[in-house]
Amino acid sequence: MKFIDEYRQSDLALKLAEKIATISDKPLKLMEVCGGHTHAIFKYGIEDLLPPNIEMIHGPGCPVCVIPLGRTDDCISLALEPNVIFTTFGDMMRVPGSHTNLLDAKAKGADVRMVYSPLDALKIAKQNPTRHVIFLALGFETTSPSTAMTILQAEKDNIENFSVFCNHIMIVPSLKAMLDSPDLQLDGFVGPGHVSTVIGTRCYEFVPREYGKPLVVAGFEPLDILQAVYMIVKQISEGRAEVENQYGRVVSPDGNCKALEVLSEVFEPRDYFEWRGLGSIAHSGMKLKPKYAQFDAELKFDVPGLKVADPKACQCGEILKGVKKPWECKVFGTACTPETPIGSCMVSSEGACAAYYNFGRLSKIAQRSANSGVR
Amino acid sequence: MTDIFVTNPLFERVERARRRTRKIRETHITLAHGSGGRAMHDLVEGLFLEYFKNPLLEKLEDQAVFEIPAGAKKLAFTTDSYVVDPIFFPGGDIGALSVHGTVNDLAVSGARPLYLSAGFIIEEGFPIEDLRRICASMQKAAEEANVQIVTGDTKVVQKGGADKIFINTAGIGVIETDAEISASRAAVGDKVIVSGTIGDHGTTILIARGELDLETDIESDSASLNSLVAEMLDEAEKLGAINQIHVLRDPTRGGVATLLNEIAMSSDVCIEIRENLIPVREEVKGACEILGLDPLYVANEGKLIAVVSAEIADQIIARIRENPNGRGACIIGEVKAEPQGIVSMTTGFGGTRIVDMLAGEQLPRIC
Repeated sequence: MKFIDEYRQSDLALKLAEKIATISDKPLKLMEVCGGHTHAIFKYGIEDLLPPNIEMIHGPGCPVCVIPLGRTDDCISLALEPNVIFTTFGDMMRVPGSHTNLLDAKAKGADVRMVYSPLDALKIAKQNPTRHVIFLALGFETTSPSTAMTILQAEKDNIENFSVFCNHIMIVPSLKAMLDSPDLQLDGFVGPGHVSTVIGTRCYEFVPREYGKPLVVAGFEPLDILQAVYMIVKQISEGRAEVENQYGRVVSPDGNCKALEVLSEVFEPRDYFEWRGLGSIAHSGMKLKPKYAQFDAELKFDVPGLKVADPKACQCGEILKGVKKPWECKVFGTACTPETPIGSCMVSSEGACAAYYNFGRLSKIAQRSANSGVR
Repeated sequence: MTDIFVTNPLFERVERARRRTRKIRETHITLAHGSGGRAMHDLVEGLFLEYFKNPLLEKLEDQAVFEIPAGAKKLAFTTDSYVVDPIFFPGGDIGALSVHGTVNDLAVSGARPLYLSAGFIIEEGFPIEDLRRICASMQKAAEEANVQIVTGDTKVVQKGGADKIFINTAGIGVIETDAEISASRAAVGDKVIVSGTIGDHGTTILIARGELDLETDIESDSASLNSLVAEMLDEAEKLGAINQIHVLRDPTRGGVATLLNEIAMSSDVCIEIRENLIPVREEVKGACEILGLDPLYVANEGKLIAVVSAEIADQIIARIRENPNGRGACIIGEVKAEPQGIVSMTTGFGGTRIVDMLAGEQLPRIC
């Protein structure tokens, strides 16, 4: 496949891996912030190629994983409202709320539909003028511009039966919160690719400046990620801490001005937004500006809005911060599996737990049988 | 008294009309077509019999009665229901699929499929023209697979009670060799063979739903595999190795990944596959890339996975490739002892990972 296979060549990967191994043998913990990277790391088995001194920590950049229980309950409550068509990206369907999930709500009669884009939700609203269509808006700056565009389009087309349940979040405040966390020990970051196409790379300057850590924005193909790791390790070995851009074919320093314009037209930061496992982070969530209140599902409907504590057994928080590895969680692979997830990290294919469960258990299984002498 | 009925020209005319070959005049299925009365007879005689014509069906009994062919050592029996949406798609339709799927379920036991039943659940208002198209396609598929549709049933449900048309087919086949084929027979050292490119059917259906605004030339691989299986068994028999064909399965829902997991678990072995060896069409790769799907989990309807001993693998592949449905056959991996119940894959990139069973539906990623 053109423009894809080039970034998946195993001979180049081996050369890069060798180069990484030669520049440093110091133990290094690097975090990939974005769930897309986590998925790719496991899907391609990138960790197998990295020298043993480099450990990848899987960060909080999976938007599904950081949605707290209370917000999921709100989704289900909205979906069950009479005469509502609730539209969502597929990943959210199986995320467990306190009691049930959207898939169950659908089975019980709620009209929940999977869409690939908010514009599809708007289309459904146009096709069903007697019903109200809610779009579950979710994700970092990768997806929020398309929600904003859809709201502008709905306004232009005078669509009255459409609203958005906004759960958009921002990468920079969450990155700051992570860096301020006392139990976090990281040596560098693989910065998010798609988010950065929108927000650019300049907004990460605080990471080296204030925290002294290198950050390299990377693409999602396996060679992209390996090269980013190489660039970070090189910075560390040369005593540098800078923001660098590996994903230059897509990301520019200033980002996508048009998308940023649309974002600031439609959204404003919330004072606080609750993150699953990470708690409340100031100015990390976005809501619709009062000007677009007519499209805000939280104002149109009576949303319970309750704060629900994460399940006790679930250690999503430590896993999202990379303090614990997925398999160190008490319920990993036993009570919590992709079939019956307790934590949302086990639902999305970008969640660290699901990635480990689906792709990565092999090394753990091998280790375990080696330790117990089973061969 | 009776003379009056026989001789009266009016009654004669009515009697002749009653016995005339039935024809359907309606353009759409109505509840009457499932009522058991005259309209249903019109449908059976004027449509189903026309397409599925064969001596067993023509008796129009409540069942088909047939002799078991000499040489049959065992019988194989299976059933499957078909609810595909859309009902017509590039490379096939629900009718052909309902024959291929059941024929394949029989074939992968090593059986020679003989007879099928066909049960239709039709939504009121369904166009007769579409039903004709479906029946013609079932008949063509049946002829190609050398099976007969010998008994059937029709139910009509009111609008909204079903989505357009559902078809159930059951099938009977005979096992005439000593082959022992089972998902629990994969043995350490065996080779894993796939009969061609994977993911074609599922990708076609997803795109044919038209919700994604994608256009491709991908077609479903929907096909009967009984001739291919028969040729494999023939080759193995010639080699005196009929017992070395251990597992045959068709990777339908859940795809190759789910199937290999079933085999690894039933046989208590590890199956190691190599991503570089797995044949996937460029268009399927591209569509899956855009949709966030993994071809390993996407359904196939005309592909076969075979686990055979290493000694006969090359000859078996050479023979499969002679069949039109097996041109792309190749080895994709082999059976190892440990870790039991696990499918692992060496990625094209050089790493390794687990290939687990599909959890829930294959849901797309959001970013």
